[in-house]
Amino acid sequence: MTPRLSIQDISVRYVGAAVPALDRVSFDLAAGERLAVIGESGSGKSTLALAVVGLLPSRTVVSGSTDWPGLGHPPVNGRDIGFVFQDPGASLDPVMRVGRQIAEVAYTHLGIGWQAAHATAIELIGRVRLPEPARIAEAFPHQLSGGQRQRVAIAAAIAARPKLLIADEPTSALDTIVQAEIVSLIDRLVKEDGMSLIFISHDIALASTIADRIAVFRAGRMVEIGKTEDVVAVPREAYTRTLIEAAVIPLATSADHAGGGQS
Amino acid sequence: MPRALILLRRRLLTAIPVLLLVVIGTFFLLEAAGGDAVDAYIASTGGDAGLIEQLRHQWGLDQSAGARLAAYLWALAHLDLGWSVSFSRPIGEVIAERLPNTLLLMGSATALSFGLGSALGIVAGARPGSLRDRALSIGSLALYAVPGFWLGLVLTVIFAVQLRWLPLSGMETIASGKTGLARAADIARHLVLPVAALGFIYLALYLRTMRAAMAEAWRQDFVLAAKARGLLRRRIVLIHVARNALLPLVTVLGVQSAAMLGGSVVIETVFSIPGLGRLAQEAVASRDTPLLLGIILVSAVLVIAINLVVDLVYAMLDPRIGRDPGKLQGFRMRSGYRGKNSGEPA
Amino acid sequence: MNTLRRFFATPEGAAGAAILGMLVLIALFAPLLFPQDPLSIAGPPLLHPFTDWSLPLGTDRLGRDVLAGIVHGARTSLAVALAAALASIVVGATVGTIASFAGGLVDEALMRLVDAFQTVPGFLLALAFVSIVGPSLAVVVVAIALSAWTGPARIARAEVLSIRERDYVAAARVIGMRPSEIAFREILPNALPPVLALSAIIVASAILIEAALSFLGLGDPNRVTWGGMIAEGRTVLRSAPYLSIIPGIALVLAVLGVYLAGEGIVEATAARRGYT
Repeated sequence: MTPRLSIQDISVRYVGAAVPALDRVSFDLAAGERLAVIGESGSGKSTLALAVVGLLPSRTVVSGSTDWPGLGHPPVNGRDIGFVFQDPGASLDPVMRVGRQIAEVAYTHLGIGWQAAHATAIELIGRVRLPEPARIAEAFPHQLSGGQRQRVAIAAAIAARPKLLIADEPTSALDTIVQAEIVSLIDRLVKEDGMSLIFISHDIALASTIADRIAVFRAGRMVEIGKTEDVVAVPREAYTRTLIEAAVIPLATSADHAGGGQS
Repeated sequence: MPRALILLRRRLLTAIPVLLLVVIGTFFLLEAAGGDAVDAYIASTGGDAGLIEQLRHQWGLDQSAGARLAAYLWALAHLDLGWSVSFSRPIGEVIAERLPNTLLLMGSATALSFGLGSALGIVAGARPGSLRDRALSIGSLALYAVPGFWLGLVLTVIFAVQLRWLPLSGMETIASGKTGLARAADIARHLVLPVAALGFIYLALYLRTMRAAMAEAWRQDFVLAAKARGLLRRRIVLIHVARNALLPLVTVLGVQSAAMLGGSVVIETVFSIPGLGRLAQEAVASRDTPLLLGIILVSAVLVIAINLVVDLVYAMLDPRIGRDPGKLQGFRMRSGYRGKNSGEPA
Repeated sequence: MNTLRRFFATPEGAAGAAILGMLVLIALFAPLLFPQDPLSIAGPPLLHPFTDWSLPLGTDRLGRDVLAGIVHGARTSLAVALAAALASIVVGATVGTIASFAGGLVDEALMRLVDAFQTVPGFLLALAFVSIVGPSLAVVVVAIALSAWTGPARIARAEVLSIRERDYVAAARVIGMRPSEIAFREILPNALPPVLALSAIIVASAILIEAALSFLGLGDPNRVTWGGMIAEGRTVLRSAPYLSIIPGIALVLAVLGVYLAGEGIVEATAARRGYT
C-alpha cells in the first residue's frame, strides 16, 4: 500500500543556529495511521510539523523531501493538511468571530459561497461538541474558555476535510481534564474522517493513548520509531526509557482514566 | 449597547478633573498676563480713573484671587467665556463663529492623512523589509520632517502662484454670491492646499504607525495559523493583519487631535482661513489674552470630545474592550509558537 | 560600545549622524564662518541665489546675507531644541518617578496633571505662554518644554513601575536605602533608555515648534531664526520664493537628521534586545 505521506532525509537548520534543528529524519505515514512524535522542547518535533506545512521562518535551510504519493498534486495547507496549534488563544484572530474564522477555511478550500461556508462552520462547531453552535459561532475568542477555543481551532483545521491532521502539543496549554477531552475529540474525528494524524507531544503517556506508532525525537534526530505498545513496553533506546520512567506515574493514573484520581 | 455606555461614563468622569485643571491653568495664565480686562478695555476705548474703579468692581476684579477664580468658574459653568476686547463681542460668540471652519479643515485633513496613510501603511507592511517598505518608510520620515506652514507656502508657490490652479488663500471667494453646490465647490477648491499641507504631515505618522503595527501583527501566532489554514495571502494581509493593526492606529487618531489643532494655527494663518487657529494668532497679535485662553479652553474640550469618540470607535473595533479598563490601550502582545520555534533549537 | 557600532551600521543612523554632525559643526563655528551680525546689510536687496559667489544664497528684502542667516539660524534652532528637550526630559522623568514612587493620591493627581497638559494643544499653550511673558530665547525654551514634558513623564512612570519590583531594587530596600535614594540612584538610570529613545522625537518637534513660533513672530526678535526668515520671505513670495524655501530646506534637513538618528538608536537598541 502506498503511504499517504513519505518523509525522506529531511534536515532543517535555522538562521544562525550552530546545529541543525532537524537532522536527516525519514518516515512514512499510512492513510488513517496515527503517529505520535515525542520529545522534549528543542528536540525538533515542532520543527518537523512546520516543515511539513512549509511554514518555517524564511531563510531557514531545509533539505530532503516530503512526498504525497497518492495525492497527485502538491499538498495545500488547510485543504490537505489541517494544523492544530499549541496555544488556542493565540492561534485565533482576536477580533474576528470564531464562526467566521472556521467559515473562511471552508470558503477558501471548498469552493462554496459565504452562506454555505457559514452553515458548514456551524455544523463543524457541533461536530467538535460545542453547545449551541449558532451562538458559539457569533462569539469572539476571548469569550470562550481555553478548551472551547481549542475545539474551535480543531473545527477550523478539519473544515476542508484534510487527509492529514497535525496537532502540535494541542493540549499542553490546557488543564488535565480538558486535555483528556481534547485528545478523545481528536481521536474520534480522525476515526470518522479517515485522517492520518501526527500528534506532537512531550507527554509519552498522553500520546500512547491515541497513537498507533511512536517516534521519539532528541536533539533534532529521530532516535526511535515503532509500534506504540512495543516502544512503551520494550524501548530500544535508553533515552526513551527515561521518558517512560518520567511518565510512569501519569501512565499508572491514565490506566484508570483521566478525571478519576487526579485532584 | 451597555458596553459603550460604561465606557462613556468612565471617560466623562475622568475628563472632569482634567478639564478643571485646564481651567485653573488658564486662570493663572490670565493672572500672569498682568493688566486685566479693564486695562485692555480702557486702552482701547479710553476712560478716567473713576470708570476704571467702577468697571473693576462691576467685573469683580477688585476681589481676592480665590474669589476671582470662583467667579471665573461660575461664568464658565454658564458657558460664558468672557468679553473680547479686540472684537468688542462675547468670546464665546467669536469662537462659535470660527469653530466650524477649523472643524472642516481638521476633519478633511484627518480623513486625508488617515485614509491615505493607513492605505500606504498596508502597502508597506504587507511585506516587511521589502524595497517598497523601506522606500515608503524613509519617504514618510522625510515628509514628517517638513514643517506644515512651510509645506503650505511651497504648495502655494507651485499651485497658486506658478500654475494658478488653485486660489491663494481664504475660505471662499469673497462676495461671489455663490450658493448651494457652487459654494461648496468653491470652498473645496479653497481648502485643497491647506488640507494637503496639514494632512500630508500627519499622513506620515499614520503610515508609520500602520506599518509598525502590521509588522507586530505579522509576528502574532494567529497569522501563522491563518497561513497553516491555507488562506490566501491577500486575505491574510487585509482581513487579519491590517484589521488588527488598525487598532493602534485608531488610538493615534485621538492622540494626534491636539497636535492637529495646534498645527491648524499656522496653516490657517498661512492660508488666511478664518478658523480657530487664525483667531488664536489674531488674539496674540492684538494682545487679547482672555480670547486666547478661551480658545485654549474650547480646544481642550474639543480634544476631550474627539478622544471620547475615538474611544467609542475603538470599543466598536475591538470586541475585547469594555469590561476591564486596563486593556483599553492594549494591543495584546503574545509570545508563543513563533517565539518558541524560530528562536533556538535548544 | 557595541550599540554605538550598530547605530552607525544602520543606514538611518549613519545618515542622521552625518546630517546632525554637519549642523552641529555649522552651529558651533557660525561666529567664525560669518563674524558679521547676520542681521546687518551685506549687499544689494533681493539678490537671487547663485548669482554672486560672495553671497551664494543671495540676500533678502533688506540685503541681508541668506547663508549667514541660515548658519546663525542653525545655532538658535539647535540651542532651543536641545535646551527644551533636556528641560522636558528632566522635568518629565522627575515627575514620572515621583508619581510612581509616591503612588496613591499623589500619583493620581500628577497623572491628571499630565492628562490636562496633553489635552491642551501644545502649540497653543506655547503660543499663549510666549505672548503673555514676551518673546526671548529662554521663554521659547520653557514654552516648548511646557507641553513636551508629559511624554517622558508617562514613560518614566511606567518604566519605574515595572522596574521597582525587580531584584536589585528589593535588595536596595533591604540594605536600608531611603526611597528617594533608591529612586534616583538605582531606578532612574535604568528607566532612562526608553525615555531617551523618546528624546529624538522631542528634539525634532521642538525644532518645529520653535520654527512655527518664529514664523508667527513670537521668536526672539534679536536673533536670526529659520522660522523668522520664512516669515520674512513670505512678504515677497511671488517675486523671491527662494527666501522662504531655503530656510525651510534647512529645517527639513535638521528635523530629518534628528528622526534618522532616532531610528538608528531604536534599531541599534532593538538589536541588542534580540529583536530584528
